[in-house]
Amino acid sequence: MTAAKAFRAVAGAVPDPELPVITLDELGVLRDVRVEPPTWPDEGPRVTVELTPTYTGCPAVEAMADDIRRALTAHGAAAVTVLTVYAPPWSTDDISPRGRAKLAAAGIAPPRPRGGGPVLVPLTPMRLAPAPLPPPRCPQCGSADTELLSRFSSTACTALRRCATCREPFDHMKEH
Amino acid sequence: MTAPGVALPLADDALILSHRLAEWAGHAPVLEEEVALANLALDLLGQARALYAMVGDEDALAFLRNERSFYNAQLTEQPNGDFAHTIARQLYFSTYQELLYGRLATGTDDVAALAAKAVSETAYHRDHAVTWTLRLGDGTAVSHTRMQRAADALWRYTGELFHPVVPGIDYAALHADWTARVTAVLTEATLTVPPFAPRRAGGLGREGVHTEPFGRLLAEMQHLHRSHPGASW
Repeated sequence: MTAAKAFRAVAGAVPDPELPVITLDELGVLRDVRVEPPTWPDEGPRVTVELTPTYTGCPAVEAMADDIRRALTAHGAAAVTVLTVYAPPWSTDDISPRGRAKLAAAGIAPPRPRGGGPVLVPLTPMRLAPAPLPPPRCPQCGSADTELLSRFSSTACTALRRCATCREPFDHMKEH
Repeated sequence: MTAPGVALPLADDALILSHRLAEWAGHAPVLEEEVALANLALDLLGQARALYAMVGDEDALAFLRNERSFYNAQLTEQPNGDFAHTIARQLYFSTYQELLYGRLATGTDDVAALAAKAVSETAYHRDHAVTWTLRLGDGTAVSHTRMQRAADALWRYTGELFHPVVPGIDYAALHADWTARVTAVLTEATLTVPPFAPRRAGGLGREGVHTEPFGRLLAEMQHLHRSHPGASW
């Protein structure tokens, strides 16, 4: 494994500070890890990490940057620079299948696929048009009979829903 | 006075509206709305910070400028009023911001990258405002009256949103799109589109001229930082 790959694996394995069941790699926020060789033989390499926020105001970004710095320093980096990049914008489609499975196992309904490409605008009146996405399924019992309780929940990226079958409330990571 | 550029007025809009929304913390009508308004404020604060970072030092820009050096539209500084006023302000502003950022996102510079990121957040803000406008407008007699009163009271501040800030944006077309969207929402909410024209489209907040409540907002927002320069915790 090259040094860059090794550092990327370490940074990618850092857990998300707000949803610690998944890693930054699974969340899809790690854009690039570059390694510059040491200036002196007895020094560690310098690492630059590009991180993209899920939401522009996500307070977890600074915690992520701190955690990455700590992990890479412990892995032997002499200096770690964490840059925030916005383009291309992160979307919930960037969460890996493994990340989605982990979210569901933790009781958080994963975001539904948004799909790329242009958004189709139906010619029927909007209120008659079919809902663009099926309702999120309850992560506890799997029922599709769920309702929205609040469009905002414990974190910026989740909405609060309730399952009409098992009556359990649950967080749903919003498509974004 | 130096020209405020592109990023600064957009950042000021986001910061000042964020501060207004944050004032609801501890006062919102229900817990879910408390969380919702704080989340909207957080998105806007994030946008403001990213935009300020393109201009200079975030803290200096937010906390050390005086009233005449802020370029936010006057709409964003209007007091929260009752919940209907907050929703009308959100409807007018988020519809504008979504349309503007959608156009900005096609560019290639730093502002475009931020706009492309923020536009999906803004769409969610607009969705929240539309849902509440429909619920209040098409609700009880009291909620209808109060939503109409709020829509009328803030209408005069909407003209200024279309004062050109970003070169290359067709603000007349933006205004037409905005009017069509807002009219559709108000009509569906059984509300009347205010029958008078917004105040003149020129300048105002974009030229550093603000309404009386803005001074008190700045005093509250800035006093801690100014009282303890360079403090950290």
